[in-house]
Amino acid sequence: MTRHLIDRFLQSAIVLAVMSFAVYGLMGLMPGDPIDLMLSADPKMTAADAERLRGLYGLDKPLLERYGNWLAAALSGDFGFSRLHAKPVFDVLLPALGNTVLLLGASFILSLVIALPAGIYAASRPYSKSDYAINFLAFAGISTPPFWLALLLIIVFAVEWGILPAGGMGIGDESQVPYLVLPVLSLAIASIGGQTRYMRAAMIETMRQDYIRTARAKGLKESRVILAHGLRNALIPVVTIIALDFGMLFSGALITETIFAYPGMGRLIYDAVMGNDFNLALVALLLATALTLLGNILADIAYVRLDPRISYKGGKKN
Amino acid sequence: MTNKENQRHSLRYLLGSIIVSMAFLLPLTWVSNADARPKEELVIGITQFPSTLHPNIDSMMAKTYVLAMTRRPFTVYDKNWQLTCLLCTELPTFENGLAVKERTPKGGLGVAVTYTIHPDATWGDGTPVSSKDVVFTWKVGRHPKSGFGNMEFYRSLYKVDVKDAKTFTLHFDKVTFEYNAINGFELIPAHVDEINFSDPANYKNVTAFDTDSLNEGLSFGPYMITNVTAGSHIELRPNPTWWGKKPEFKRITVRVIPNTAALEANLLSGGIDMIAGELGLTVDQALAFHKRHGRRFNIIYKPGLVYEHIDLNLDNPILSDPRVRKALLYALDRKTMTEQLFAGRQPVARTSVSPLDWVHSEEAPHYEYDPKKSAKLLAESGWKRTVNGVRVNDDGDRLSLDIMTTAGNRTRELVEQVLQSQWKKLGIEVKIKNQPARVLFGETITERKFKAMVMYAWISSPENVPRTTLHSAHIPGPANNFAGQNYTGYRNSEVDELVELIEVELDKSKRKKLWQRLQYIYADELPVIPLYFRANPFILPLWLEGVEPTGHQFPTTLWVENWHRKM
Repeated sequence: MTRHLIDRFLQSAIVLAVMSFAVYGLMGLMPGDPIDLMLSADPKMTAADAERLRGLYGLDKPLLERYGNWLAAALSGDFGFSRLHAKPVFDVLLPALGNTVLLLGASFILSLVIALPAGIYAASRPYSKSDYAINFLAFAGISTPPFWLALLLIIVFAVEWGILPAGGMGIGDESQVPYLVLPVLSLAIASIGGQTRYMRAAMIETMRQDYIRTARAKGLKESRVILAHGLRNALIPVVTIIALDFGMLFSGALITETIFAYPGMGRLIYDAVMGNDFNLALVALLLATALTLLGNILADIAYVRLDPRISYKGGKKN
Repeated sequence: MTNKENQRHSLRYLLGSIIVSMAFLLPLTWVSNADARPKEELVIGITQFPSTLHPNIDSMMAKTYVLAMTRRPFTVYDKNWQLTCLLCTELPTFENGLAVKERTPKGGLGVAVTYTIHPDATWGDGTPVSSKDVVFTWKVGRHPKSGFGNMEFYRSLYKVDVKDAKTFTLHFDKVTFEYNAINGFELIPAHVDEINFSDPANYKNVTAFDTDSLNEGLSFGPYMITNVTAGSHIELRPNPTWWGKKPEFKRITVRVIPNTAALEANLLSGGIDMIAGELGLTVDQALAFHKRHGRRFNIIYKPGLVYEHIDLNLDNPILSDPRVRKALLYALDRKTMTEQLFAGRQPVARTSVSPLDWVHSEEAPHYEYDPKKSAKLLAESGWKRTVNGVRVNDDGDRLSLDIMTTAGNRTRELVEQVLQSQWKKLGIEVKIKNQPARVLFGETITERKFKAMVMYAWISSPENVPRTTLHSAHIPGPANNFAGQNYTGYRNSEVDELVELIEVELDKSKRKKLWQRLQYIYADELPVIPLYFRANPFILPLWLEGVEPTGHQFPTTLWVENWHRKM
């Protein structure tokens, strides 16, 4: 297991190195630079000013040289300054990351708390009326566009009923909790459908297995059959999906954050890419990549915990 | 366990889970309307968060809007577009002797202009605003690595003489008609930020405006910043050292909501009290809002200096013929278009000079909708026959042009479609090829890669001399590394000369004549198709008074101390 984990961490480091080059290169290939954008906004700015600013921000150097300089500094722990926010990259990144983890973490937990039991229930009564009802709601959730749902929630809860804020964050001593409810709901509804469907499919497949029949034949309570025997095995494919979603917890939800005026990672990364803020975009994207990779490593560990037949010493036990 | 028991058990299990989940939704106890907010508080909605709070690094309306409440420029244009002193005691002129022509050390003609800082002007921490701050700001501004955007002002300002703690003289190396306008000379507090300037190249990263934004010593306006929540909001409270009229609101919060639909929802739900005209809804959005909720708000439409136009690539063989350019404009019914799309709130542009500007000329040619004249001009320039609805010349070439604008900008896309249909009636085929703003402004326009027409806007200031956009020395190309903003590639020696003469002509009547001639040539030769001047819609609560939109680049917040609740 330890050897496997070391291998996975090494692989992740290589992926991160390749990603850093790919992201930097792709951003460099985008047309224009921030100074072009400044020029187009200010007819009084002179060519001399543009050249001076390009030099000041290092934009006059070839892309490879800039990447090399960034990499050397990053390896020594200096991730540079955000050009757009005039602050060290992590000073900008960490508050946004905290906001995003809070928002997406809450919606992630809420969706799991609803989706897993709903999926299990539907699977325990396949093709029943309740199964059809859950499936209907799941498909409705999957097919609802997030921006539309977000606006609908705002209109109903904020504009019409006036019981929740339409967006933003609490000012002064205000509690942040009411401000989180609508964005969390909006994100959770979007993901509950998919997770319910995964859970249901995995459970139906598991409940057909011989060992479930054996468990029932032994006279075990149905709840024990479902939770101890069915659920544990059905969770393996669901854990893979959850592991992939884990990375998204840190990369933000651009549309939801924009509509609810929530300062999270999604908006931060979008603005950084569009504003050619290389340092910020690169570090933010690498952080999201690193956490996705970490999620996958945690999933590997979870597999071993859930299924004793899985071992990273000699493959799957028989 | 029977099937029925199983079902009951599962149902209990499901219900239990749902109850646990609902626990997350319990805190629905928020009181979310403006009535619940104390009367001495105001929440303003805008669509953009300032990237920096340094007054001289980066040019950005969101920053200008917020900082206008915390500080004051020496001079600004007021709501009547007259240059006036805000931080100085008297506007220097040649007439009052505070401005004097002089020889520069290099032998050229320059000007010495003397200002006196308001005697009560004091930074929020109690330190007087002084000539020391003036000298420090000048030093930072002149340093090529300080990160200031437009340094033209500091290049020209070659010396500062301090007379006393409040009086100083600026020496400029040229005499322009704007000799006494130091609108962009925004003071930096020496006692706070001098220490951060020890390494000039790193100054932009360590300036107190961004690392210590709540420092009281950074403000000398009616308010000071008391909270900055990045990406969300900025909170301001009255500055106890402010020397002017005491502001009525005890707390102003500027809330950033990038999505305009969400901005409207926040206004309706009481999350914000008003939407700033400077950075809020577009006119068409405001008009739609007006129809639905106009009675609940005071909506002011203020046309300004944002000039929507179409740059023509004059190297395009079709567009190099001035008759075709005129025909394009005669074919457009811009008046009906602005009436239908914008309820007439955005005035049709005759040239790049706003009708609100004192140098605006009514004598410049105006192109009323005249399809017959358009057809005649097209025929004269060789586009006589029509094949499948599109004009062709004797060589069989089609009169086909591309038009570009910023993809996703709903208003421009709408205008583009109207223009396309109007030109189609005259047999002019126009193909829409829009690009994201990032690509359009990052490369296509700046490197003159648009084939025929590109629609966008210029933001200017009162009596803005169009040197960079019309002077032939400012045509971007490989030779000058694509520097300059004369994107049409317009060359006219008389225009070059007029631009240079206007800049240095001090006599207003003579200058007005030069402006008239410049506008005449512009409208006659049409390197650009003028469309309209954008208006800013200010959506204010009925109880708020004192907000006076200016129409130019200086925001309403510069006079925030006059804002008050209706008695």
